[in-house]
Amino acid sequence: MTSFKAALALGYALTVTTAFAGELVINSDQSDPAPKKAMETLLEGFKAANPDVTVKWNNFDHEGYKSAIRNFLTADAPDVVSWYSGNRMAPFVKAGLFEDVSDLWTEHKLDDQLKSAIKSMEIDGKKWGIPYSYYQWGIYYRKDIFEKEGITPPKNWAELVAACEKIKAAGMTPFAIGTKALWPTGGWFDYLDLRVNGYEFHMDLTAGKVPYTDPKVKAVFEKWAELVKPGYFLENHAAIDWQDAIPQFVQGKAPMYLMGNFAVAAMVDGGLKEDQIGFLQFPEITAGIPMAEDAPTESFHIPSGAKNKEDARKFLAYLATPEAQTKMNEVLGQLPVNNQSAKSNDPFLKAGFEMLANAYALAQFYDRDAPAEMAKVGMEGFQQFMVKPDNVDTILERLEKARGRIYK
Amino acid sequence: MSSTVSATSSYWKRNQQRLAPWLFLAPGMIMFSIYVIIPIFESIWISFYDWDGLGAKTWIGMANYVELLDDEAFYTSLKNNILWLVLYLLAVPAGLAVALFLNQTVAGIRLYKSLFFFPFVISQVVVGLIFTWFYAPDFGLLSALIKAVSGQSIAILADERYVTLGIIAAGLWPQIAYCMILYLTGLNNINPEQVEAARMDGAKGWSLLWNIILPQLGPATFIAVVVTVIGALRSFDLVSIMTDGGPYGSSRVLSFYMYEQALSEYGYRMGYGAAIAVVLFMIMMVFITLFIVRMLMQERHA
Repeated sequence: MTSFKAALALGYALTVTTAFAGELVINSDQSDPAPKKAMETLLEGFKAANPDVTVKWNNFDHEGYKSAIRNFLTADAPDVVSWYSGNRMAPFVKAGLFEDVSDLWTEHKLDDQLKSAIKSMEIDGKKWGIPYSYYQWGIYYRKDIFEKEGITPPKNWAELVAACEKIKAAGMTPFAIGTKALWPTGGWFDYLDLRVNGYEFHMDLTAGKVPYTDPKVKAVFEKWAELVKPGYFLENHAAIDWQDAIPQFVQGKAPMYLMGNFAVAAMVDGGLKEDQIGFLQFPEITAGIPMAEDAPTESFHIPSGAKNKEDARKFLAYLATPEAQTKMNEVLGQLPVNNQSAKSNDPFLKAGFEMLANAYALAQFYDRDAPAEMAKVGMEGFQQFMVKPDNVDTILERLEKARGRIYK
Repeated sequence: MSSTVSATSSYWKRNQQRLAPWLFLAPGMIMFSIYVIIPIFESIWISFYDWDGLGAKTWIGMANYVELLDDEAFYTSLKNNILWLVLYLLAVPAGLAVALFLNQTVAGIRLYKSLFFFPFVISQVVVGLIFTWFYAPDFGLLSALIKAVSGQSIAILADERYVTLGIIAAGLWPQIAYCMILYLTGLNNINPEQVEAARMDGAKGWSLLWNIILPQLGPATFIAVVVTVIGALRSFDLVSIMTDGGPYGSSRVLSFYMYEQALSEYGYRMGYGAAIAVVLFMIMMVFITLFIVRMLMQERHA
């Protein structure tokens, strides 16, 4: 294994030039057009504020980055890396590969400004990075179709089921979804669990404190079955990716989509006008449970092996400022974490901001709140459930077995 | 000083004949041990540990293997691997059939041959993508056909009953072409006098093929089987491209499961992945041993 790692490290060293003194090396995975432009904006701002620092930015392909980061963190660490918060950064923190940046938080009084993301950046009482952006999840729906069919946006579970019935009767499939990559199922599980059992239970479950065979978990799947069994999700969702389901939404064959805000760009690209798309908060299920939301946070970190930690800290401090976050998120089409940033005029971001500002708590997403291994087994189970809802007991037993092994 | 020089030079002179072959073999042997032999033992060694690739390794003895015995996903992969092995071998008779069909002298036969060989030339990734679109619900050619005939639409790659069969069918396309080429070269070397003599004795059709042609194609068949078996056991790219092991893991094969556990986004269980690799290696070993034994026997006969 060591020889394998060394070979990878060598390959990496050949492709990425090493740093000179006074140079700040940033590795990140903003390979999509919008994130790439946002990153360029951020770097321009940083260079203007710190003309003495030269920045070297290595932009990686999104998927390749996930394995590359393990190699460069151990072999030839850059000064700043992008990564995900929550449990996804836990392995790096536990292996001592990330630098504790709690000092930055106290020095720049970030506990107030970045308040909503504190929980997701904290492990063992220390903070391991600076969050700069997040986005809301919720149900995007076709306003025009809802109007035509006389459906009002549902506020609770009964209304949602009634709306689905109506849509199905009109010859459409209520929900678009593509589960080939598994993670879209995680959004559904998160929201159903957050609404049926609440935030605390969901966090206990993803932290491995509650068995998956608990009746409360079963109750989540009973609600889910009310949508799966009548065929309220696109058939063949297991064969397609989330983008492949967008045309169904655009063509009006499936007028609702539970997704992150990034889906809006794809919907507009597909030919929809912004006023044809509506956004609604996932409806209430168990009355009286405070509404928590999914809002994955994106962040930058300093590897413990960084050579230029001084400038890396300058960079993170700049990243935390309201001005930098405003500018960057405008391009990104997401929400700045810093609560003193300027508010966006985008209708979806406005709606998202209002929802998240009033949210009881924020969950990261199933595959960031649960450890990676559990997330894989779990989301595979969710996908199987969405194809074969009758197998729920065997699926939950399998998840429980995995929980027993993974959390130990 | 001079005595030592003469001593070494005389040692070299005395043993030159014995040492020279080893010197020539050395570069190959060093490469082979670094890239093949040592990693095999390293994998076996890692399979006794619990290790995420970053932190410290913990010795857990046989625990990875015990877990494997109780792992549903492992049995699914094993079952699929056997399915691959059996169905993939269809490429051998199919390749023979195509080769026999193309082994004639008609105008432009070279063009037809190259067209039939074409799928083997394109990358497996492209084959996978082509078949994914071919199977795609809604706009794929095959699902459109099925819908036209039966009125029902089947998403092959989303249905746990058909998904592995669908991927194997995609894999057979280039593999048949490969077997065909092996047989075409074999057919070139057939002794025409033997065929002539057999015809005089009244052999034709199946009996000519079975008794005269096939025995002469023995070496080609051997290579075709070996290559196909190995291809079936290391089927990874098509599974990864077409389904990523899904739906819910029902199209996994051992090599893919190993990758998933050890190296994919949600994996990094190096020990467990290594244990799967060891099992796969054992299965391969059965075939490798069979082939080697056969080869040695033939050499002795010759």
